[in-house]
Formats: sequence, C-alpha cells, structure tokens
Amino acid sequence: MSDLLRQFRDFFVSLKLTVVLLALGIILIFWATLAQTDLGVWGVQQKFFHSFFVLERIPGTEIPAPVFPGGYFIGGLLMINLVAAHVYRFKYSARKTGIWLTHFGLMLLLVGELLSGLWQQDYQMNFKEGETRNYAESFRDNELAIIDVTDPKTDDVVAIPEELIAKGDPIQHPKLPFRVVPKLYYPNANLQLRSNVPNAPPSLATVGTFAQQIVATPAPVTYKEDERNLPAADIELVGPEGSLGTFFVSTELPMPQHFDYAGRSWKIILRVKRAYTPYAVTLQKVTNDIFPGSDIPKNFASRVRLQSEDGRDNREVVIYMNNPLRYRGLTYFQYQMDKASGQSVLQVVSNPSWQMPYLACAMMALGLVIQFGIHLAGFARRRHAVVQPDHA
Amino acid sequence: MKRWLPLLALICGLGFLGFKLLPPRNGGAFDLVGFGRLPVMANGRIKPLDTLARSSLLQIANRQIVIIDDVLPDGRIKPDVQEIGPDEWLLDVFYHPELADTYRIFVIDSPDLLTLLGKNEGDLAIRYANPAFSAMAVMDMMPTHQRRLAFNDIAPHLAEIEAQAKLAQPVDDKARTPFQGAVLQLYGNLVLYRSLENAMAVPGTADFLGDLLRFQKDLPAGVAAVRAKQANQPHDEALAQGMITRGQRFMAMAEASTLLTIPPAEESADANAWRTSGQALLESFQTGAVDSGVLAYAGLGMAWRNNRPDQFNPLIGLYRAELAHRYARQLTKTATEARFNAAEPFYVSMLLYATAFALAVFSWLKWPEEMGRAAFRLVGLAWAATTTGIITRMFIEGRPPVTNLYSSALFVGWGAVALCIVLEFIYRNAIGSVAAGMIGFCTLLIAHHLSLGGDTMEMMRAVLDSNFWLATHVVVVTTGYASTFLAGFLALIYVIRGVATRSLDKKTADALVRMVYGIICFATLFSFIGTMLGGIWADQSWGRFWGWDPKENGALIIVVWNALILHARWGGMVKARGLMCLAIFGNIVTSWSWFGVNMLGIGLHSYGFTAAAFQWLSIFIASQLLIIGVANLPLAKWRSFKA
Repeated sequence: MSDLLRQFRDFFVSLKLTVVLLALGIILIFWATLAQTDLGVWGVQQKFFHSFFVLERIPGTEIPAPVFPGGYFIGGLLMINLVAAHVYRFKYSARKTGIWLTHFGLMLLLVGELLSGLWQQDYQMNFKEGETRNYAESFRDNELAIIDVTDPKTDDVVAIPEELIAKGDPIQHPKLPFRVVPKLYYPNANLQLRSNVPNAPPSLATVGTFAQQIVATPAPVTYKEDERNLPAADIELVGPEGSLGTFFVSTELPMPQHFDYAGRSWKIILRVKRAYTPYAVTLQKVTNDIFPGSDIPKNFASRVRLQSEDGRDNREVVIYMNNPLRYRGLTYFQYQMDKASGQSVLQVVSNPSWQMPYLACAMMALGLVIQFGIHLAGFARRRHAVVQPDHA
Repeated sequence: MKRWLPLLALICGLGFLGFKLLPPRNGGAFDLVGFGRLPVMANGRIKPLDTLARSSLLQIANRQIVIIDDVLPDGRIKPDVQEIGPDEWLLDVFYHPELADTYRIFVIDSPDLLTLLGKNEGDLAIRYANPAFSAMAVMDMMPTHQRRLAFNDIAPHLAEIEAQAKLAQPVDDKARTPFQGAVLQLYGNLVLYRSLENAMAVPGTADFLGDLLRFQKDLPAGVAAVRAKQANQPHDEALAQGMITRGQRFMAMAEASTLLTIPPAEESADANAWRTSGQALLESFQTGAVDSGVLAYAGLGMAWRNNRPDQFNPLIGLYRAELAHRYARQLTKTATEARFNAAEPFYVSMLLYATAFALAVFSWLKWPEEMGRAAFRLVGLAWAATTTGIITRMFIEGRPPVTNLYSSALFVGWGAVALCIVLEFIYRNAIGSVAAGMIGFCTLLIAHHLSLGGDTMEMMRAVLDSNFWLATHVVVVTTGYASTFLAGFLALIYVIRGVATRSLDKKTADALVRMVYGIICFATLFSFIGTMLGGIWADQSWGRFWGWDPKENGALIIVVWNALILHARWGGMVKARGLMCLAIFGNIVTSWSWFGVNMLGIGLHSYGFTAAAFQWLSIFIASQLLIIGVANLPLAKWRSFKA
C-alpha cells in the first residue's frame, strides 16, 4: 500500500477524527441552540442540521460563504469514520459485542435522522366542532391551485407548489389549456387597500377580483413557530392566442377568483398546501379542563369521528395529549385548542421511518449496558483481588 | 477523644435530625399547628394552610418568617425584637389585616420601583439604636438598608403600580426591562396579598362572626324584603338595604380572592366544586343558610382577634372533625405535608452536608481514619434525610420524584450523593464524602433559591401529565446530569488537591482517575438512555423523535461530551490530567444544559431570579475555566507529585 493511501486510511479510521467530529458536533449544536431565538426551530434545522455547511452572508454583501461544517457534513464523516474503523479493525470477539451494538445503533440513528429530515411531513388540521375535513394543511408550504369547476359534482385541481412560483419560469401543465407565468412573487407580504396607499406603484394585475383594489408590500420572511409567511404573487395566464390577463393572488385572500376560458369555468387561488386523505375526520367535541383554583390546563382532548371512503372504518376516536391517533401512515396529535370557539388544531405527521430511532436506541442502550457491564465486572474482580489479601 | 469522633458526629447529627422530626409544637397558647393543617384548595390541589402561608411568604418576602423591629421615637431601630412564624402571619393577614399591613414583607430591590413608590435609598437607610450594630453595619455584617416595605408604605401608590403593571403586561417577558419585571412582580405579590386578606373575612370588619350570625338570622326575612322591594311592594327598607349592602360586600370579597377555602357542600367529590368564602356567602342567599365552613373560619377569626386561645383551639378540633368524615385521606396528606414543612428535611440536610464536607476535607490533613468516618456518617444521615424528604414529596404529590426545576435540583443532588456513597464505600479515602458534601450542599442551595417562586408542588401542565414518562425519561436523564456533575467535582478535587496541597499521592491520584472514568461511563449510559427516552416521549406526543429544540440539544450535548471524553481516553489522546480537564468542562456543559437553555434570549434585560441565575451561571463557568487553566500548569508547579 502506498504511503498516501495508508495516510488516507489512517485518517478515516482514527479515533482522533472521531473526537474532532464529536467536538465539532457539540459546537454546531450549541451554536444552533443560540441561533434559535432569531431563526426559530424550523430555520435552525435547515441552516445547521439539514445542510452540508453553515452559510453566513459576507458582511455588506448578499454572498453566502461556508463558515462551519453542517449536520450532513459532520454526520456523514462520522458515519464514514465508524464504518471504516469497524471494517479495518474487524475482529470477532464476545467482548466487543457492546461496542458493535452501540455503533451499529448509532449508524441506524444517523440514517434515521437523515431519512426523517427528508421524508417527514408536517401538516395541521384546523376545524371547529361539527366540521369535517378530508385534507390536512401544511404548516409552511403553499400552492397555487387552479381548479376546473365546470362539473358541479367534482373539482379538478391542479396544484403548483410555491417553489415553482418563486422560480418564476413559465409552467405548462397537461391539464391546463394555458401556461402559468409568474410575474412577481413575494415570499411574505402585507396587503393593504389601494385607496389607503396613494403613492403605490401601478398594479401588474389586470383581471380578477383584487387586481386594482389591493397593494402588496414585501415583508421580511419569518421563521417563528407561531407565525406564518403570507406570500403574494402576480400570475399571468397565457393561452395559445395570447394573454388571458394577470391575477393577483395571496394566501391572505381566502376567496378564489373565477374566470371562464375555453368553454370551461375555472377558479384560481394561492392557498396553504393541502394533503388529501381517503377518509374524513369530523370534530365532535373538544375538552379542555383546568385545575381548580389555577389557570394551569389539565387536559386537551378532541373527540372525532373517522370515516373512510371505502366504508371500512366508521368509528369514534379521542385524541389527547400523549395519546395520538395513528391511522394509515399518518399520526394525528392534539396541537392547539380554543375551547371557547370549539376549535381544535391537530398536527398531522407522516414519517415513514418513525420506527428506526426506536430500534436504534434499543440497540445502543443494550450495547452500552453490555460494554459498561464488562468494565464494571472487570473493576470488581480487580478490586476483589486487591482487597482479599488484606483480609487474609 | 479522637476514637469517639465518628460516634460523636453520628449522635450529634441524629440528635439534630431527631429534634427537627419531633411533632411541631405550639410556641404559644394558640393551636397554630392545628390551624396550619387545615386544608384549602389552591393551584389545583388540596394543601394545608401551613404550605399556603410558607409559599406566599417566600414569594412576597423571600423568607419564611416576618421580622419585626422596634422603632424608637427618634427613628432609630432595635432590630429583630420579634419573629412571627408563617402560620401566625397568615392568621394576621386573614383576620387582623390592619396589623398585617404594618409588617415589612414586600421585597423591593429595584431602585426605579422605589422611585415609583416615592422613596429613595436614603429613606430606607437603617439607623441602629445600638452603636455596636451600626459598627457591624459599616462592616457589612448587618443590613444598612431596609429591603422590604410594609403594605401601608405601598398603599398610597397602588393606582400607579397598577397602571405601570398594565403597561408592562403586554410586553413579551423576554423583552421586558428590569423595571417592568420588578413592577409586575410587585403587582403579582400585591394581588396575592389582597387575595389572602379577602380569603376568610371582609377586611375591616371588626366583628365578622357577629355580623354573619345577624345575617344568618335575618336571611329569610331579608330575602323576602328584597324580593318585595324589587316588586315595588311594601317592605322593611332597612332590612332590604342591609341585605343588598352585604351582598355587595360579599361580591367584592369573592372577586378579590382566588383561594378556594370552602369544600363542596354535600357528598361531592368534584374538585372543581370548592369555593371561595365570598362565593359561599353569596350562595347563602339561595340556600338560606350560611355555610358552616365560613362560620367556622369566622369563629377562628374572632378568637384570634380577641386573643382567646380557649375558643380558638376547640373550634379547630370541631371543624377538623367535621371535615374528617369526608376528607379523611386528604387530611392525612395535609397533616403529613404540614409536618414535612416543619421538619425542613432539606434545610437540615444542607447543614449536615456542609459539616460533612468540612470534616472530610479536614481528614486529609489530620486523623484521616476518624474524621473520614465521621464525615461519611454525616453524609449518610443527610442522604437518608433527603431521601425521606423526596419520598414524602412523592407521596403528597402522587408523582415521580422530578416534576419541575426545583425537584430536579433535589434529585440531581440525591443521585450524585448516592454515587458518592458507593465510591466512599469502596475507596474509604474521604473523596466521596468531600464530593457528597459539596454537591449535596450546592444542589440544596440551588433548590432553596428555586423555591422562592412559590409552591414547589405545582400541578403538571397537560403535555407533561404522564407519570410514566416522568418516572422514566425525567428520572434517568436527571441521573445522567447528576453523574456528569459528580465526575466534574471529583476532577475538581484532583486538581485543587494536587496543585494546592501535598496530599495527593500516587495511590489517591490513581483512585481518582478510576473514579472519574467509571462515573463518566455511568453518566454516558444514563444521559444517553434518558435523552433517547425523551425522544420517544416526543415521538409519542408530538410526532417527531427529534426536533432540535433547546432542551433536547442541551441533553444531547451532555451525551456527546461524555462520548468524546471516553473516545479521547480510549484513543490515548488524554492522560490523567487531560481527563480531569475534560471532566471539569463537563460541569460547564451540564450547568448550561440544566439552566442555561432556560435563559436563552435573556440577556441584560431580565430581572429577578433569571438575572441572578444568569450571573451565577456565568461566575460558575468562569470559575471552571479558571481551574482548567490551573490544571494545565506544568507539573513542577503542583505541590503534589514532587519527588
């Protein structure tokens, strides 16, 4: 083996690398924790953990520069370090069982965290007593929905994710007889009546309910957990024979705008992204008690009826703190509640890899117990050997 | 003499403990103990009046007694001529508000707040009648300024305080200025005080019992008169007017107090049916009779005001007997709790730990065998007392040991001392006792300061209300904190003994290295399992195993730091001293995870406990860094290890 290759190998299997990576990990976590006051949990996850490098803008410019290894970088190297060390030093021995289990558990944990970062999706279901929902709404993502409502019985929905609108390229969808051309996009905006803003620039929008009434001014993007961004956009629809006009849309405007084209009726709306489910959930009753003589909440519970489209399920479920409903790959948690108005918000999570951390933790815990148990037994034996002669 | 030292220490310790464990006795003729055991409903649980008195006084005055100074005509004072206990103070607030209003109890630490109250520091300067005290004050051994004001000092400014509190309330608590924080704290304490003054009687009524008895007698005719008046029919105007005035006064009382003093009327198990005295009195307009509980408390008030223990004491017995057939179980609990309050097991343990620490340190210099054993026995006693205290708390609350920051401090100390006892049992070199004394004392001191926020047995918020997870995740992760701290404190002993004394010989040093290494293994195991159980809890209740939130990150950093120490050791990157430095840094990591994450976003803008805690945390971290620096002095500068 050449010297270079050997150095290369020694680097990746070394315990020094492990220690350096652990130290970097600690700094990263510490820094990310401090940054949460400004960025919020979601922003921190994206910037520090679900990234290869932590990027900071060079002062005075908009150019991002990598300043520190991110979660993928450290986690990935740690993974390589672990695998390399085990492959290189592989030697079967019962005494190593503990270390093996611990390290394999750790690999599983790292992979699990990577997968849940990639796959996990969070939605919420916000309804009042008596209301029924067959969809959940995203916490953060929005979509431009263009709905063919010609048939009064069914809506044909084309949903365009907000990212594509943000990109600004024209979008052509086989179900739409026109192209969708984003003209202007604000990730977060304040809306005002045009009559209140005399100096406002002229609107790009030409058609639709809000075209000439409303002015959008860009607002800073928020990362706070209890706030959401309200994006706004001017969307031009272009058919084969030319422009149909430009619509102004915003998630703050709850009513869709109607238009007719090619002999069909359409609606256009920018709305919170929805995930439809093949079953409906009806909120029947919310319960929120407080402890007597205090304002400390004692419980939050939502009683719902679950009805699937295929008719197989039709039952009542009570969802409360520490007792979620797991159903067809989704998990429903009690999230927020306003008892006065009979309103309940459920958090709806889809995370196909949710069982991985359980397995990983069980392996690691067992591994650590074995490993330290061996240490302790050895210590006790030596101790016994030292103490025994004194008594003799 | 020295042969008897361990036994002597044990006997003194036991005597002290036994003295505190004796059933509390009444200092005077009044049955204050019996009064303190009576149950009320507050903050979601039935607690004895004794707990109410202590936690209210701690919150308002930051101590559990009221100290009364004698003021001479020329304004000079004789300090501390009379001490009033919590139960006696509560009786005065309930029944003698005009007297209670003169007690200096409201802590005012903010100069801006003082200005709001129309005072300056000069007004609060103490002039002692005794010149010796004045001299001591100059040397900072006696206070030079009053820290507390009486309600009567504050009363003229109530409207202004309320206005300022209304201004401060909407401000996010992290963005509040120290002045806003101080105003809100004072306002909260005043609301609590007013709630207590209106809990049992209409303040300012000299003969409340007599008034109630007349009310009871007039009630049927009075209600009829009011009905007639409303229907514009002939009626006894004086009687009707008397009823209406009383109704208004009861209404005011019900609005001012939140303390649920009166148990549900019938055989009702509903905890929500407890009422304030004011509400119970308003109900008498419907029921036609005054609730017996209200009358009992009014009777106690009359006996207290008229200084008649011969009436007071039998009435306590009667009322208790009436409650006993409905609330036997709760009465046992409140009696246990009042006894627990009086025994002060954690305060006693604190003193025992401090003594043990001193003895154990001394054992390294002289009489290692005897002093060491004496210290070990005291540690054992103190640990037994904290164990009993924690178990009693668990019985009263019906919860696993750790439910909030206060109980985590108790448990961290308990767990670390338990490990110390194991170490000391194995090694018998007083190191375990020194560490136990130090950690036990410090954690109980921290717990004492955390208890100033009010009742430490608070109800669990809905999301945390899971005994299973409290018993597993919280206990295990707290044990992880405790053991990481222990490793750090053992390392402190290594460095300080090695650098400052000649007493660290090779054998002791090796033993310390093995102890630190072993404890770090233990800490890794517990902090890891605890953190992962936390992840599982989060997955069960919020749908994500790991969310990178501050508390989770804090726990994870401890796990990773312990893993780092172990890998550095296994890889031969650190030897004995390096291991000690890493373990000491573990103290910083753990203290930050334990308290620091609660202070995120809190800088210089905070007030009260958090500001003080932030300051202490900074001092602690600086001191640990300093010792790490000292540990890195070349070995030639260490006093030990010289050939």
